Amino acid sequence: MPILFVNKERVDVSSSVPGDTPLLWVLRDSLDLTGTKYGCGMALCGACTVHVEGQPVRACQTPLSSLKQGADITTIEGLTSKEGAAVQAAWIRLDVPQCGFCQSGQVMSAAALLARNRRPTDADIDAAMAGNLCRCATYVRIRAAIKEAARALA
Amino acid sequence: MNAPAVVNLSRSRRAFLKAGGAAGAGLLLGVHVPALAQAGGPGRAGAAAQSAPPFSPNAFVRIGRDNTVTVVSKHLEMGQGAYTGLATIVADELDAAWDQVRVVGAPADATRYNNLFWGAAQGTGGSTAIANSWDQLRNAGAAARAMLVAAAAKRWNVPAGEIRVSAGVVSHRTGRRATFGELAEAAAAMPAPGSVTPKDPKDFVHIGGHVPRTDSRAKSTGTALFTQDLHLPGMLTAVVLHPPRFGARVRSFDASGLRGVPGVRTVLELPTGIAVLANGFWAAKKGRDALKVEWNDSRAWRGSTDDVMAEYRELAAKPGKVARADGDAAKAIAGASRTLEATFEFPYLAHAAMEPMNCVMRLSDAGCEVWNGEQFQTGDQAAVAKLTGLRPEQVTINMLYAGGSFGRRANPHSDYVVECAEIVARLAKTGTRNVPVKLVWTREDDMRGGYYRPMYLHALKAGLDAGGEIVGWQHRIVGQSIIEGTAFEKAIVKDGVDGTSVEGASNLPYAIPAIAVDLHSPIGWVPVQWWRSVGSTHTAFSTETFLDELAAAAGRDPLAVRRALLAKHPRHLAALDLAARSAGWGTPLPAGKAGARRGRGLAVHESFGTVVAQVVEVTVRPDSSYSVDRVTCAVECGIAVNPDVVRAQMEGGIGYGLSAALHGAITVADGAVVQSNFHDYPVLRIDEMPAVDVHIVPSRGRPTGVGEPATPVIAPALANALFAATGRRLRTLPLRLG
Repeated sequence: MPILFVNKERVDVSSSVPGDTPLLWVLRDSLDLTGTKYGCGMALCGACTVHVEGQPVRACQTPLSSLKQGADITTIEGLTSKEGAAVQAAWIRLDVPQCGFCQSGQVMSAAALLARNRRPTDADIDAAMAGNLCRCATYVRIRAAIKEAARALA
Repeated sequence: MNAPAVVNLSRSRRAFLKAGGAAGAGLLLGVHVPALAQAGGPGRAGAAAQSAPPFSPNAFVRIGRDNTVTVVSKHLEMGQGAYTGLATIVADELDAAWDQVRVVGAPADATRYNNLFWGAAQGTGGSTAIANSWDQLRNAGAAARAMLVAAAAKRWNVPAGEIRVSAGVVSHRTGRRATFGELAEAAAAMPAPGSVTPKDPKDFVHIGGHVPRTDSRAKSTGTALFTQDLHLPGMLTAVVLHPPRFGARVRSFDASGLRGVPGVRTVLELPTGIAVLANGFWAAKKGRDALKVEWNDSRAWRGSTDDVMAEYRELAAKPGKVARADGDAAKAIAGASRTLEATFEFPYLAHAAMEPMNCVMRLSDAGCEVWNGEQFQTGDQAAVAKLTGLRPEQVTINMLYAGGSFGRRANPHSDYVVECAEIVARLAKTGTRNVPVKLVWTREDDMRGGYYRPMYLHALKAGLDAGGEIVGWQHRIVGQSIIEGTAFEKAIVKDGVDGTSVEGASNLPYAIPAIAVDLHSPIGWVPVQWWRSVGSTHTAFSTETFLDELAAAAGRDPLAVRRALLAKHPRHLAALDLAARSAGWGTPLPAGKAGARRGRGLAVHESFGTVVAQVVEVTVRPDSSYSVDRVTCAVECGIAVNPDVVRAQMEGGIGYGLSAALHGAITVADGAVVQSNFHDYPVLRIDEMPAVDVHIVPSRGRPTGVGEPATPVIAPALANALFAATGRRLRTLPLRLG
């Protein structure tokens, strides 16, 4: 079972968590990092999106045993990148969230998008964000906030 | 039946935390209890609201020495901005600065926190949060302000009339000034004013302007507390195996497979299934997967949604209970020069809130404490009390943020709340008391758990005279009652007509000389419930698309027909005109790509006292797939307390309604729900979301609701746009051209 670096802290849950446990439940139930949400358990909704080695990953479909030794995991609680800060500032300024339940995942996906593409088009945004459901349909503002964050990073 | 299996816990959560802590101490946030016990942030509710800061002039306003103004919200924040809106009203009357304002959720206490539109009940729904609180919170804020002013007048020995309050500072022209915090204790000693006069609207400083939402930061940084996130010391997580068919029961079960699942603690048989309790979700879920259950289907329904619709089609041929009878519609139609008929079919819809249903409960000798995205306090409190043998006041409810609801968390039968109560009550019978239990429904439980927007069939018939005027309108609705058999029956079901089945149809605003609306409410097996905008989810569609058909049959412009028939409805006209003008109604649409057909459609509908008009633009591709390109929306909702929240609710309400229009359908085969998760119950994704322009009709009227009224308008406006593009009328939801 791997030793993980979660938000830069070394974490060893090997003695207490079975290897088939999805990362989502390690984060939520073992580490009390509850910003990452359970929404579907099938990688269909994106509420559990975290970064593994900087890439957006659905934690609900990521068994602990599938992670490599020393894997670098960032959750919403540890999102300190330039892109993450810009996304969160835009999210707050535009009052994107409604119920808010999906928004940790939205923010993580948006931050990952901007880390690899500083000038996303509408099509880029659709491609990167289509895996993140929002039943409040805050999509209009998600789109606007990503563009605003991109401008702030330019 | 096997005895409940008890699998010993290998390692307690506390021990686990300790062990984990050695490796990553900085990570472990510990339990949330201390934060809950403090007068915490929004959503950390209940008990917090009862620990009163020095100046607590009424049930809604608390002012501390630290200059914090805490507004107690009697309504749930489930996304619609209630916390922000309610606080805006108080802050305005108080002349508080927005950045000193906090919001906490109220405890369950219908003597202080009832919904004024619902009588003695406390709850959130029907787009009433702002509307029912408007006078109450203006008075609460104004009364608190008057006491702060009185305290300053006394301290400075100046007339109260000379004192100014602005942005949280009380001042006098002599240069004296004090913050609310500095006056809090003195204000508490002032007599409460007998009556107060709220502000003249011209003096509003926050209402109608822009204040940031109170919850955006917490919800953008992952710190907002939802029921799913609550951890209490010693808490167990419960996952329940439910029967596949409605009405089925457990015949027998075998939990022997669970002995090998680490972390599983207990298995309990419930009336609703088998609960597995474990030290966390994954262990509970694995335990559930290892259960073997034989279901007793002797009282289960084995039918299908096709059977239901076939029954509804038969019923539609017969007269139902009369909901409206203006003039003699049958005679008018019989004498018309032209008649049109249309039948509409609507599927069951799941709410599918992002946070699947869940609840945390702890039963002790003293009472039962509940943590929930609590939408219906009095109902849930009574249900838990009944089940646990307590008095309602012994049931304490902490209202946390809800990860969406769309009506689902206000269940008239308190379904998932009662299931959680069953678990703690059964644990107590085995001698285990005071152990908090978090019931977590999986997405599949949530999707298959029933309480859907009912299926409906609508049959409409109308007559046109030789000049193309509508002379008669008959509207028959067939569908299961949401209200019958609930505590709301007495208030809402009149002469056999469930008002929520016909709302939007029985109050059709159009000036048609003869209108008849009747209703069949057949008994159904599938549990049904209100779903964002309730009756209007279907009545807006059939009325607004059928009116469009009549306009087309008469060769008239759909906007002109509506305007003529709405002459006595100025709010409808204002919304309709604003939407049409803003959308460029009547101007040609830019052409699409080669082979694509474009169309524009409109609809207008009143629900919950608010009128919404929308113009939709679509592009239909050669393969009959289509995209919704743009929605122009106008809303008449009285005074817009927070215009940006109103815009957000129009955007979101449109998206929610569009999701159902494009995709929504729960089907049942052999008594079991076919869909289970977002792969077979698709919902709107960002790449399907149109551009949305929202326009608010300026108004001095009392605020009316905005959480729901955008939702029912999008589907008929879309269907009318698809007709404009293709000449085809779609009358079955979801709307598929292919």
